[in-house]
Amino acid sequence: MKRAGIPTEEFIYSGHTACPGCGAMLVSRYLLKVLGKNTIMNIPACCFAAIPGTFPETCLGIPLLYNAFETTAATASGVEAALKIKGRKEKINVVGFAGDGGTADIGIQALSGAIERGHDIIYVCYDNEAYMNTGMQTSSLTPMGASTTTNPVGKKGGWRTRNKKNMIDIVAAHDIPYAATVNPSYPMDFIKKIEKAKEVNGPVYIHAYSVCPTGWRYQPELGLEIGRLATETGIFPLYEFEDGKYKISYKKKTKQVIEYYKLQGRFRHLSEDFINEVQTKIDKEWQKLLLKEECSNR
Amino acid sequence: MVKKIMTGNIAAAWGARLSRTEVIAAYPITPQTIIVEKLAQFVSDGDLKAEYLHVESEHSAMAACIAASQIGARAFTATSSQGLLLMHELLHWASGARTPIVMANVNRALAPPWSVWVEHTDMISQRDTGWIQFYAESNQEVLDTILICYKLCEDKEIQLPAMVGLDAFYLSHTSEIVDIPDQELVDKFLPKYEAQYPIDTENPLSLGSLSMPHQWYPEFRYKIYEAMERVIPRLYQIEEDFYKQFGRRYTGPLELYNTEDAEVVLIISGAAAGTVKETVDILRKNGVKVGAIRLRMFRPFPKKELVKALSNVSFVGVIDRSFSFGHEGAMFSEIKASLYGTKFSPAIKNYIVGIGGRDITTDTIKKIFDNCFNCLKNNKIDAHVEWVDIKV
Repeated sequence: MKRAGIPTEEFIYSGHTACPGCGAMLVSRYLLKVLGKNTIMNIPACCFAAIPGTFPETCLGIPLLYNAFETTAATASGVEAALKIKGRKEKINVVGFAGDGGTADIGIQALSGAIERGHDIIYVCYDNEAYMNTGMQTSSLTPMGASTTTNPVGKKGGWRTRNKKNMIDIVAAHDIPYAATVNPSYPMDFIKKIEKAKEVNGPVYIHAYSVCPTGWRYQPELGLEIGRLATETGIFPLYEFEDGKYKISYKKKTKQVIEYYKLQGRFRHLSEDFINEVQTKIDKEWQKLLLKEECSNR
Repeated sequence: MVKKIMTGNIAAAWGARLSRTEVIAAYPITPQTIIVEKLAQFVSDGDLKAEYLHVESEHSAMAACIAASQIGARAFTATSSQGLLLMHELLHWASGARTPIVMANVNRALAPPWSVWVEHTDMISQRDTGWIQFYAESNQEVLDTILICYKLCEDKEIQLPAMVGLDAFYLSHTSEIVDIPDQELVDKFLPKYEAQYPIDTENPLSLGSLSMPHQWYPEFRYKIYEAMERVIPRLYQIEEDFYKQFGRRYTGPLELYNTEDAEVVLIISGAAAGTVKETVDILRKNGVKVGAIRLRMFRPFPKKELVKALSNVSFVGVIDRSFSFGHEGAMFSEIKASLYGTKFSPAIKNYIVGIGGRDITTDTIKKIFDNCFNCLKNNKIDAHVEWVDIKV
């Protein structure tokens, strides 16, 4: 059953322990709605290692394999290999579901290996832009300008001045069959991309925007609005990488970065100059993305 | 049954092949490489029906094996030295997740300085990971122990992983006659792997989730403790079955050599045990009452069996091929601790010999026996720990 294009079936039941307004809950909920019952999920150390509940309880209607922090993609590889030799792979989606630290930092080697080997797995990074399960420490996906507990604002600066890694470009360099960015503030686009991911035979990388009210310091009810702003400002563009081609799925970049920043406490300390600098950078990145789309489709 | 001349590495690959391992995830490292090459060849030729994963590190190799095992496949890997150390975190995970993975480890020294030759530090430093540990003396034992390990590890009452150590170069690259058992007989001895709780979408389970202090963490650990306690009794039974099926007898966690009436006994593990036994033979010809014990298993530690074997011995020399810095050889510590509080407690001394692959000859062993007898005669142990033949 679908309502407005979104499957009505739920695989996350009540009783989870996520914070109110947690982005990862929405990401996983949409993901599982599309992938359905025949899905095995691998979860490393991250918020989601605690969210489904403590043993022997779980709020998820699918099997979960917990694994060590840096092993999500390697574990998913092992699951896929075992299902294959047991003749069960055809029916089952193997998912790796990890945060930004587990993906872009400690787990990037295993991710690179799994993509290179061509395992039929769907790897989803829910990017809340810091190590949120340990209390908001900087990861390599923490955006420029944000303050975290390991990039604290001090008398001499201290907030993050590096830009975040471009994970889609990194996985694209592996010649991955399919990669895409998704944002729960755009559920139809999200669903469509996961439906596509489900059909791909080989590795898939999904980079999911995942708001975090506690870490980003905003009121939980603003989550979806912040998500929309992320895409409308071009901070989190929605696009796909498929068969070597980039395709932007939402092309309206209509808002300024300041609108996104002013809703979140983690950017409160920034000067106008710094924000302008970020704006220039984002505009450049957006132009680059347009060019990538144009050139790769030529 | 076919007899072939092969190295320890090839014997290990045959062990994995005959066990019909279903998922192999491995990373090459000297001197283990030939194991993974041979297995790749078996798979490529269709002699072994397995998924072979060319993982990007030993850490991922073990992660993939754990997951494969949890899905319900029989998993195998092989490593050595630095590779085993890179796996360390996942070794804890494998036992905690109760996955009956079997691994061959070519015992090799750790860097720096680089050394690719034998030493036991790699495996000794995995002592507390919850893995069963065997140290082989011959290539035949390497092959056979892999079969025995799967049977032992997959036992419903055990469900723990095991590693089989083979000494770098002395076994890994040295050829011996090895009897390759018939596949049919192996299949009878070791039936297909049936995971107790395979991950299945029809019956969704969560494996390894969070446990609060008031919940089940200590109980999960207690279960591992209990399982380890069952290993040695079960090993005796499995080895009896093995003997009936294949005609080769193994002796449980210890191999006793002329210990019944021995005054002095040397304890050692690995391939150099052969040299110790040879020296015992030489000395026995001259009427010297010496014996040897080969420690086949380090975890679980065969405390009871050792105490019994040493009950009439006056002096025990423990040869460690590793060292726990700031203390003493780990085997020595464990043996000493096992003897503490027993009615009979022989004098005991630690010898550090042959690390980094330095040769152990019968002369080296004779010298150690001489030293033991001297200590015994003088009723005084000259040194708690002695590094034999050190040039500085």
